[in-house]
Amino acid sequence: MHGTQILDEADRLMTVCNSCRYCEGLCAVFPAMEMRRAFSDGDLNYLANLCHSCGACYVDCQFSPPHEFNVNVPKTLAVARAESYAAYAWPQALSGAFARNGLVISIVAALSMAAFILGFAALNDRNVLFGVHTGSGAFYKLMPHNAMAALFSAAFLYAIFALVMSVRAFWRDIGTPIGGRADGGSIVQAIRDAGELRYLHGGGVGCYNEDDKPTDRRKLFHHLTFYGFLLCFAATSVATLYHYLWGREAPYPWWDLPVVLGTLGGIGLIVGPIGLFVAKSRRAPELLDEQRYGMDVGFIAMLFLTGLTGMLLLILRETAAMGPLLALHLGAVFALFITMPYGKFVHGIYRFAALVRYAQERRSEAGS
Amino acid sequence: MSSKYDVLVIGGGNAALCAAISARRGGASVLVLEGAPKFYRGGNTRHTRNMRCAHDAATEILTGPYTEEEFWEDLLRVTGGQTDEVLARHMIRESKDILNWIVEQGVRWQPSLGGTLSLGRTNSFFLGGGRAMLNALYLTAERLGVDVEYDGEVTDLVIEDGMFLAARLKRPIKGETEIRATSLVAAAGGFEANIEWLKQYWGEAADNFLIRGTPYNRGSILKMLLDKGVQEVGDPTQCHAVAIDARAPKFDGGIITRHDSVVFGIVVNKHAQRFYDEGEDIWPKRYAIWGRLVAAQPDQIAYIIFDSTVVTSFMPTLFPPIAGQTVAELAGKLELDPAALEKTITEFNAAVRPGTFDHTILDDCVTEGITPPKTHWARKIETPPYLAYPVRPGITFTYLGTRVTKEARMLMADGKPSANMFAAGEIMAGNVLGKGYAAGMGMTIGSVFGRIAGREAARHAKN
Repeated sequence: MHGTQILDEADRLMTVCNSCRYCEGLCAVFPAMEMRRAFSDGDLNYLANLCHSCGACYVDCQFSPPHEFNVNVPKTLAVARAESYAAYAWPQALSGAFARNGLVISIVAALSMAAFILGFAALNDRNVLFGVHTGSGAFYKLMPHNAMAALFSAAFLYAIFALVMSVRAFWRDIGTPIGGRADGGSIVQAIRDAGELRYLHGGGVGCYNEDDKPTDRRKLFHHLTFYGFLLCFAATSVATLYHYLWGREAPYPWWDLPVVLGTLGGIGLIVGPIGLFVAKSRRAPELLDEQRYGMDVGFIAMLFLTGLTGMLLLILRETAAMGPLLALHLGAVFALFITMPYGKFVHGIYRFAALVRYAQERRSEAGS
Repeated sequence: MSSKYDVLVIGGGNAALCAAISARRGGASVLVLEGAPKFYRGGNTRHTRNMRCAHDAATEILTGPYTEEEFWEDLLRVTGGQTDEVLARHMIRESKDILNWIVEQGVRWQPSLGGTLSLGRTNSFFLGGGRAMLNALYLTAERLGVDVEYDGEVTDLVIEDGMFLAARLKRPIKGETEIRATSLVAAAGGFEANIEWLKQYWGEAADNFLIRGTPYNRGSILKMLLDKGVQEVGDPTQCHAVAIDARAPKFDGGIITRHDSVVFGIVVNKHAQRFYDEGEDIWPKRYAIWGRLVAAQPDQIAYIIFDSTVVTSFMPTLFPPIAGQTVAELAGKLELDPAALEKTITEFNAAVRPGTFDHTILDDCVTEGITPPKTHWARKIETPPYLAYPVRPGITFTYLGTRVTKEARMLMADGKPSANMFAAGEIMAGNVLGKGYAAGMGMTIGSVFGRIAGREAARHAKN
């Protein structure tokens, strides 16, 4: 028996599924399951993080409820997945953040935005805060560039460090041999699989969400969100290079690379999360991990807020609203960064690690 | 209140849906009456996973050609010649096109599943299994404008002189109604879930049978048709039975309750006695004989006994094996006489001759001097823990059906073809399969004759 109820249930289901195997063509979970006859905690956490929750195996299963075998793989693995985030969180003292994640994220976000607003108000006089600033270096009249860079680098580096520590624990748990390294080929394969969301496809026809018809558009909205996020990240990175390499200070004209990237990314970060939220609210309750609703929505909301404040800042940057909007945007981004290791963001990291592991297993199986 | 359709399809599995889609594509208005609630729709198709179709060349998912002639020879072999050659050859010819036609109806194929490599050349597997196939067919049928009604019981068929006029339908909420239709397609399966009916041939033993598939195949439509003058085909006393785990539910346990570990050990009855050569033949042939063998044992129960050395030689099982550190301990858990089981295993072990074990061929590991012998794969059972699976007969389907022509048209008892009644699927499988079975044939019969029945039923209705 395993440490938790949900892992016991996942073990029961994988035993049922392993004696059936009808779903092996749908995604990576079932072929990975077939490489095993018994399932350790790490195995189950690995399978849980391979699952993209497309719903196909539920709709296709002859044993899903009301059948007495009560096979509901998407929901069970969703719960197991969420619990795995807490189980591997670093430091463990903060793993409780996953328990009431929506609340935690909202409080951190609210505090962070309030801090920036108050900080701006305290450090700038009224005329500066509500003044109209244009031209190079306008943002830094409100907060010096070096202060901004130092604060956000610290937050970002902390997030990276905590994520690395967490995923390291996950990787050690799911790997055999323990602590095995990932090879380049498997990483490339996993980047491809993650980049195209290969397994969020219902076995080819599309995902299932509200009923037994494959009408789900989550893949599209997830792409908008994910690539929107990457574009925004790229925008910031390019701007940093501009700043330090060429001494070109933000804000930049609308046609300049950081703004173009940021605008496209911002649109993705607004449209994508809205689409994901609508899809989530329509999802059939039997597929939904209701307890984790706050975590999912909290993360969606943070991304949306980041996109929205960023876009508003772009549109209104030459007006008196720029100061307060900059504070809001920085507050949102700061909250996003420091909550990264303790919210839904980690799903991407764990899933990626699981995909690397899967690619490795496939390679060694093909080689043997 | 009554309603009128061109084609009424009774049943909701592969055959019924292929008939409905093909009739609808032929321009007919179609109603499908599925007796089960929506979740359990599809009869035994829910539990299937592949279909056997002839093809002249390898495809994306099939590893090599499987000619019409080879299919025919396989059919001849498994039925021991108990088949209608004209009908069977017609079905095999039509099966070639089904490979494509079924994809046009939304069904997706995949290569053979892990653990079924022996079927990779002959059988096409449904991506996601039988329920996924059904979902695709239902979706297509609904898009085409086929009406589907669930959860209603057909209580009577009005048939005059071999001519179908109407069906009486009892619905749980909306009450009784009469449905008239110009043509009827009966695709409502066999009677394997009707224990009372099985008892007519098997006596009280049938109480110990487990039904692998849908509890809704009670044979009521089959019975009505035969009572109203349709000619019967197939041996009513026979059914397809395999040995499945005795801990499986009474109905609907599906494929996951099966056991394929017989060759790795011995099989004893409730008196701890062996009763048949466990090494007689290779999968899948041996698979289909053990249901019948167990049915003939007292209380219809038997135990596959093996030891810890072979645990990983077969697919993982739904139910774990029952284990004992000694033979006596295992016997206690199985409620067998410990002394008797020890004696059986000791005698078996003493009879095992040295050989080179290879479970993929008929190897040279045999016993000498015991009855029954184990003629292949005989190895000593001597490494604890000792393990066992209790097994009972698991009934898959029945052979009794309605006789049909190549057009899937029912024949009446007097030999005349019915004007407007057609049949497809398990309800007429006995025309092709007099006995025996080969993987995927049930679905071939369903799709081929379903498609034909729908086409002919629509043609009749539109004339």
